[in-house]
Amino acid sequence: MDIRKAKKRGKKPSARIDMTPMVDLAFLLLTFFVLTSTFSKPKTMEINYPAKPEPTENVKPPEVKNGLTLILTKDRIFYYKGEFILPNDPKGRPATQLEETDFSINGLHKLLVDLNKSAIEEIKVLEEKAKRKEIQDTTFKRLVMEAKGKKEALTVLIKTDDQATYKNFIDVVDELNLAMVGKYVTVDMMPQEYELLKQKLGNQ
Amino acid sequence: MPKVSLKKPSPSLDMTPMVDLAFLLVTFFMLTASFREAEPVVIDPPGSHSDKLLPENYILVSIDASGRPFFGISNAQAKAKTLERMLQKYNVQLTEKQKREFMKLSVFGVDIKELPRYLDMTDAERQKYKTAGVPNDSLNPQLKEWILYAAQEANAVYLEAKEAAKRKRQDFKMEKPRYAIKADQKTKYISVKKVIDTFTDIKIYRFNLITSYEGGSKKE
Repeated sequence: MDIRKAKKRGKKPSARIDMTPMVDLAFLLLTFFVLTSTFSKPKTMEINYPAKPEPTENVKPPEVKNGLTLILTKDRIFYYKGEFILPNDPKGRPATQLEETDFSINGLHKLLVDLNKSAIEEIKVLEEKAKRKEIQDTTFKRLVMEAKGKKEALTVLIKTDDQATYKNFIDVVDELNLAMVGKYVTVDMMPQEYELLKQKLGNQ
Repeated sequence: MPKVSLKKPSPSLDMTPMVDLAFLLVTFFMLTASFREAEPVVIDPPGSHSDKLLPENYILVSIDASGRPFFGISNAQAKAKTLERMLQKYNVQLTEKQKREFMKLSVFGVDIKELPRYLDMTDAERQKYKTAGVPNDSLNPQLKEWILYAAQEANAVYLEAKEAAKRKRQDFKMEKPRYAIKADQKTKYISVKKVIDTFTDIKIYRFNLITSYEGGSKKE
């Protein structure tokens, strides 16, 4: 009896506290933290640069079977395949001409995938094997590295002029990674290439 | 009887679950939030499909859109030692307060001779202060020296920690120091190349280029 009475009496005065200010504050804080918190940690791309050759050393350039040279300028990208051939080549080969491509899927991406077909297919087979647990993870990584390093795999030289932006460069490296190109390096442009680039840019 | 209950609809909404949820979210965001460190310049890195995280232990050179280099070290111990060596080399004196202030900076981009004045400023003043970045030319190769000393000190700290862990037979979790480069989308590649050449001069060839994640699936 006593307890019941006490309960009834307790009900009568307004038991509710006005929570509006508290809720206001809670939502204010919520909005603040939602807006200021940085969700994504920055991502990175690992890249190796070549060592500078000692001036006394006479390093022979490695033989490249499947080579591609990309020349970057502001938001535009030119390329040529194989080695650079000067006009009036003693062996009678046609002089190198620059061709233009772009950063779209049908541009650079397609070009790289076409040229690097053998390595990509090899890696696909390896991926299948890894999925079916036929090979171990470490073996898989090693085999992928080997596939990328094979002679038939694409080797890319990236050259930039003074107008190219960092974004252009990163876009190219990103495409190279997506196209499983393992051998790429950034080098300085040769004067002859620069001449060709100037002609191209001047024409349009 | 049903009529009675219809007559008395509760005048105030029960906010308890909503408030519970709001506070839960507040607590969650408060605990998980890591604040963006104040940077002297805004750098908007380009996007990529790479999903590698930035390593914990790094030496960073940021390059803003106009090509000015900024320098930072993540490891506090290595940072303090690097500062001492640079101060000694350039014969610059800093007070304890200024040193503490230096430790708070994530990156900085001033000539070491301006450093005492720069450290005395408030954050707002620093934002407005026009700097030319850390000097990086053959006559005044401060950036190279910062990188060189930082690399030596960071490696020393790393090895020391490794030894200490070995002696105590503890797990060793620290990462090897890495070299990160952060540049704006609009930065000219030649400015980035200049910084990279500074690194390769002291025989550092491997970098982590900072990008923001573009998301989306891989292009097929």
